[in-house]
Order: sequence, then structure tokens, then C-alpha cells
Amino acid sequence: MLPTDPTKKLSFKRNISDGDLVIVYEKHDNMKAVKVCEKSILENRFGVFKHADWIGKPYGCKVSSHKGGFVYLLAPTPELWTLVLSHRTQILYVADISFVVMYLELIPGCVVLESGTGSGSLTTSLARAIAPSGHVYTFDFHEQRAVAAREDFERTGLSSLVTVGVRDIQGEGFPKDLTGLADAVFLDLPQPWLAIGSAGEMLKPDGVLCSFSPCIEQVQRSSETLASKFTDIRTFEVLLRTYEVREGKMDHCQTEAGTPGSRPSKRKHRASEGSQWEQDNSGSSVVMARPSGEAKGHTGYLTFARLKCVA
Amino acid sequence: MSTVEEQENYSNKNRRITWEGCSVLLDINDGDRLLFSRLTAGSIVKIGNKNYPLQPLIGCPFGSMFQVENGANGPCLSRVIPTAEASNAEDKKECDSKNESRDNRALIDNNTAQTLTGDDIEGMRREGASGNAIVEALIANSATFENKTSFSQEKYRLKKQKKYAPKVLLRRPFARSICDTYFKKYPARIGFLRVDTLSLLLSFANVTAHSDVLVVDMIGGILTGAVAERLGGTGYVCNTYRGDSPSSIEIVRIFNFGDEINKRIVRLPLADFCASSNGDSKDIELPQAASGVDNSTIESQAASGVENPTNQSDPVSMEETTMSSEDGKPTTETCALKVHKAAKPGEKASEDAIKSWKENGFSSLIIAAPEVDAWSIVKEVLPFLSFSAPFVIYHQYLQPLATCMHNLQVEKMAIGLQITEPWLREYQVLPSRTHPHMQMSACGGYVLSGTKIHNDNQPNKDFVLLVCYN
Repeated sequence: MLPTDPTKKLSFKRNISDGDLVIVYEKHDNMKAVKVCEKSILENRFGVFKHADWIGKPYGCKVSSHKGGFVYLLAPTPELWTLVLSHRTQILYVADISFVVMYLELIPGCVVLESGTGSGSLTTSLARAIAPSGHVYTFDFHEQRAVAAREDFERTGLSSLVTVGVRDIQGEGFPKDLTGLADAVFLDLPQPWLAIGSAGEMLKPDGVLCSFSPCIEQVQRSSETLASKFTDIRTFEVLLRTYEVREGKMDHCQTEAGTPGSRPSKRKHRASEGSQWEQDNSGSSVVMARPSGEAKGHTGYLTFARLKCVA
Repeated sequence: MSTVEEQENYSNKNRRITWEGCSVLLDINDGDRLLFSRLTAGSIVKIGNKNYPLQPLIGCPFGSMFQVENGANGPCLSRVIPTAEASNAEDKKECDSKNESRDNRALIDNNTAQTLTGDDIEGMRREGASGNAIVEALIANSATFENKTSFSQEKYRLKKQKKYAPKVLLRRPFARSICDTYFKKYPARIGFLRVDTLSLLLSFANVTAHSDVLVVDMIGGILTGAVAERLGGTGYVCNTYRGDSPSSIEIVRIFNFGDEINKRIVRLPLADFCASSNGDSKDIELPQAASGVDNSTIESQAASGVENPTNQSDPVSMEETTMSSEDGKPTTETCALKVHKAAKPGEKASEDAIKSWKENGFSSLIIAAPEVDAWSIVKEVLPFLSFSAPFVIYHQYLQPLATCMHNLQVEKMAIGLQITEPWLREYQVLPSRTHPHMQMSACGGYVLSGTKIHNDNQPNKDFVLLVCYN
């Protein structure tokens, strides 16, 4: 997924080959991750697609099924991956993810700890930020989830950047051999305050911690615990509003002088019904945008803090 | 886990201690005042009516706190090192404030509560009393302090502390803190780009090490810097522009980039792309005066103390040398650094790089050009983006992006098109007093994102023939 491997880097010359992970794009809200395998087929509502037809085609191309239906084949990115991964837990989405990576001040070479791993949605973006020389150590107390996450990182080609551990961070804290090595720590735990002490030991001085919690009571308690060893404790909520864009014909209000800036109005008299509105095609078409009808109203609170520089 | 050692080496570059010539962010009184400065022997910061040399900040870890003192040679900053006990004491205070029965029904505002006069305070100062001692004296002489609720006692203390015992926090400039600071102080200079919006741009554009990122940065260099920070000295961030003078990317100077990162920040006039793609025309080098960097960013009061701002890059290369000698074997690259002048960000892209981009395309595209119509610029630069590569366009207004999105859809140039607007709210979290901040930024700008597709009907070459403006 990341261009750390030069052969995987996007290029005009790079084509889909056997064994690649591609994102099959039907619609903006309907995508699927598929491993290309010469003998395989993909079947969906548009028909049957032979993988063999895909091999050798450029990324971003449109491919057809036997029925003439089509899909696009895209190279995976962490954003696309977030939309297609299998949800083993509630996951973080692009607004929170982006903000976390920015506020944790992650740059190539950083070491970052995460708990829990969950479905690995954030982990993928953490890995992107610290590549090629940093490392993500991510922990989940659920063994199956950890195994599934490891398999995912294998599929997306991130396993050299991510180590998945099975560990109850709330109960046991982070492993001692990571003490003082972390540039940043991310917590997504039901009782984050139980892990804050250990997180403080893992962080380098001035390192940044982030705790993601859906409930304000969790934030309250975490912030109280953070106060002793951390500074710059700040809590945010970040949401996205998406817009619908459409081109529409707008009828013009017909007045004697014509509306300013409008095209010269046709000499037309519409005596009937006293209507002042044009019903023909003379209205100009405009592109309009409005917020989508429904949106996420809440994901979670993000609490950030920096480890104090203590002598 | 065999990579731990390697990681340690790498994180040395991620410096946690200041050095002479390094750029810093000074946070005075808990965010009341923020300013960028460069630590040199002669630089100063003005707090109240006094000038404080910044010399004592050199060699201190980022995150250090300083307080003002009256030293033998005049006012000076001295580092405050919090002890574990002091931190615990603060904890206690928080807990005590949970049960509160006092209120302000008896408070009368008649300006007689404070018995200490201005002259008294001046006298204390002359005798060398510390700022904290003055604050304590003010509290002791306030008739109303005892009757205040513990919340307002705390408020009172903080207010007096800011005035008489200001604190200076030493911060490392990162894309995040630079964007935050500009958004607070000079939002127009960064096109009103809020930090959460900037973070979205970097995500949607899939910026990561080894990417070749094409940017149109007309917002002072905050975007170029943020991308370069994520590239960490790999790949390229190529800033393209119409005409012959690149937009200023002066903000890049604040980032503390070493040579290895600065070398990866290049510029290329748009005309050069089009010209060479139509034939073998040689690039004509523009006069260096067009270079997009100058030193005017650093706040003037701090800059006035800087002896020779154009020589700022020298200490950077000095630092590189000490860094590599830590692991015992200075590389040839470090030796070269001693001879050559430090790399400047925003040099013209090399022929090799241009050739490679023409053959392979860029892996991401980010446009932040408030003054140029989004559609007219995207249709010009999109041909240089690889197929399936993500692109993202920022604008502080919605309409240009809506039109652009519509056109991209009609022309079938991209899929996954989406306009998003981030919303960011901060909370005050205190025992029994948690609520959102009373004031917030109402608009952090709009983002149009999408993925370029391979379109059989319109092979990529056709786009290249589009007219280039000059």
C-alpha cells in the first residue's frame, strides 16, 4: 500500500499484476478489497469479472463484466482501506485519524504505541506517517482480533512497519522493553485512565499522548489522571460535513427591467395565472452545493496531552 | 523488533533539544501570545516592557518552561523544572474544588478590595521580589479573595500570575503548531487553512515517505512544509506555479528542516512541464531572485535581535555534523556539508527529477490556491498525476470547489469525488465544569478530494496539450 517498496509506487507505467491488492470501486459508498488472482473471478450485481482481464491494465482503469457492467480498479490507500476493511470493532474515520496523526506530530522515523488495535483502521494511517523507518507497536487484548489484524497488515504490505501484540494494556500496561522509546501513544480503551501511567513511562519527555473516548465521563476521568504528569491537556471533537453538488436549472424572476446580470429576457407575456416565473428553458443552469442530509453527529472526544519535562 | 536500534538513530534527527540557530515557537502565558523566533546569541523576546535574551534557551529540551527573573545583568529567563511533588500538590488543589458552597452574592465592585498600590508593587520589584512573591502579596492584601469561590480564586491567581510572573514555554515548531499559530495570528497568510483541514489534505492526498507530491502552494509555504515534514527527506514536494515568479514559501523556514529535507523541496514553473512534454526544449533557468524563500517570517521583534538572518542555515549543517559523529562514523555526506552551503528549500527541480515525473507521474496532488480558479488549475495539473493517484483541493469558499467537482464529473476525469468541511470544537474539561469552549472557529475551509482515473477516451497525452498561461 505504501511506496516504501519502489515497485509498488504508482506510475503511468505501473500495471495491475497477479497478486496485487486492488480496491474494486463500484460507487463512492460501495467498494471492496480484492487480491488479484489469475484464475479468480469477482461476481457482483454488475455481473462476473475475470481477474485475468485485469492483469496488465493500468491502475485507475474501468473494467467490464460479461454483461457489460463496469467497475474501477484502484490502488489501495489508507483512506480507501478504512472504507473496505472488515469491521471487527467500531473504527476511526478520516477526520479523527487525520487529526490524531497531525496532533501526535508523527513524522517518518517516529515510534508510536497504540491500544487497542481494533480493526486496524487508525494503525494503517499511523504506519503511513512513520514509514519508512519508524514503527507502530499496537496491542489488543483480544487474540483473534490481533491475529486478524496481523493478516490484514500482511495483505496491505505494512507488516514490516507494524508489530501487533496480544496484551491487556489497561491491566498490565505496555511492555517494559518499550520504556522511554515512544514519540507518541494512542489510547482507545474503555478505561483509558488505567493505562495513562504506563503510557507516561513509555513516552520520551515532551512526547504526545492521545486518548479517544466516546463518552465525556471517560474524558473527565482521563483528564484528571493526566494532570499529574502531563501538560497541555486539550480535548477536541472533530467532525466532517459532506456536500452534495448538483447542476440545476434556476428559473428567473421576471421583472420589467430584468434581474441584474441576467440574460436579455425574451419578450414574453404570460398573462395567465399571473405567474411571474418562467417555465421555459431560459433559466440558466447553476452548480449548487448543499450539506448532505445525514452526517455523523459524534464519533468520540480526542484528548491530547504532552509529557512534562521533569528533572 | 530488530529495528529498534535503527529507529533510535532515526529519532536523533527528530531533535528534542534546541540548538543555536534553531527555530522555536514561544508560547507566552499559556497561549496568550505565540511567536516564532530563532535562537541565536543576540536574539531577544520582549515581554511587557522588558527585553529578555533568548540565549538561556539554547540547549534546553523542547517543552521546557521558563520564568522571568531579575538577574545580575538585567532581566533574564530562567528555566523552571517542575518536581514530582509540585505536580502532586496541584492535583490536591483540583480535588478540593469539588465541594463548593461559597458564591459571589456579597461581592461589591467598588474598587477598594485591593489595598496594595501600584507604588507598593513597584517598591517590591525594586527590592528584587520575584513575580510569584508579588502575586502572593496581592492575594494577601485582597479583601475579597477569601470569599471567592475556589474557581474564581484560581482565576484571580492566574490573572495576576500572567501579569507579574509570566511564563514562557519552549515549543518545537511542527506543521501542527505552525498552522495553529498562523491561524490564530495571521489567518489570511495561510488562506484561512485550519489545522484539522491541513491534516485532512495530507490524508486525502496519501502523503507518505517516498511520494512525489505535486503542490500548488499559494498559502505561504505551510502546505509545502507540512508535506515535506511527512516525506522526511525522501521523495519530493514539487511546488508548481504559473508565470515566472513562484509564490512565497517563507513559512518553510520555520520548520527547522535539515539539508536532507530542504533538498526535497523544489519548484517548477508549470510552463516547463508543458514545454518539455511537447518536445525537447531546454529549460531556461529563471533568475535566482525568483526563489520563493525569504526571511521575513520570524516576528520582527525577535528578528531584530538576529545578527545576520541570511546565515541561519549554517548552524543547521553544523548540527548535522555533530549528529553523525554520535554514532562514530561521519559519512561522506557530512564532510560535504562542511564545504558546501546548506541546501535551500525551493530550488528549481533537477532535469532528472522532471524526466522521472514525466514518465511516471506524481503520486499525489494538493492544490491550495485561493486566488486561482480551482477548475482552471486542476485541469492543467491533473495530467501530471499518475492514474489512481489521489488529489485534493483546498479552498476557503465552497462555490469554486462545487463548480470544479461538477466539471471533473462531467469530464469523467476522476471518481470518489467528495467535498468535505471539517468542524472542530474544543472543550474545557474541569471537575464539574466541562463544556465546549464559548468561542470557536466557524470555518476551517472546504476540501475537494478524489482519485484520478485512467480514461480510455481521453488518453493522458491529450491533456498535456492544454494551453499553458504565462
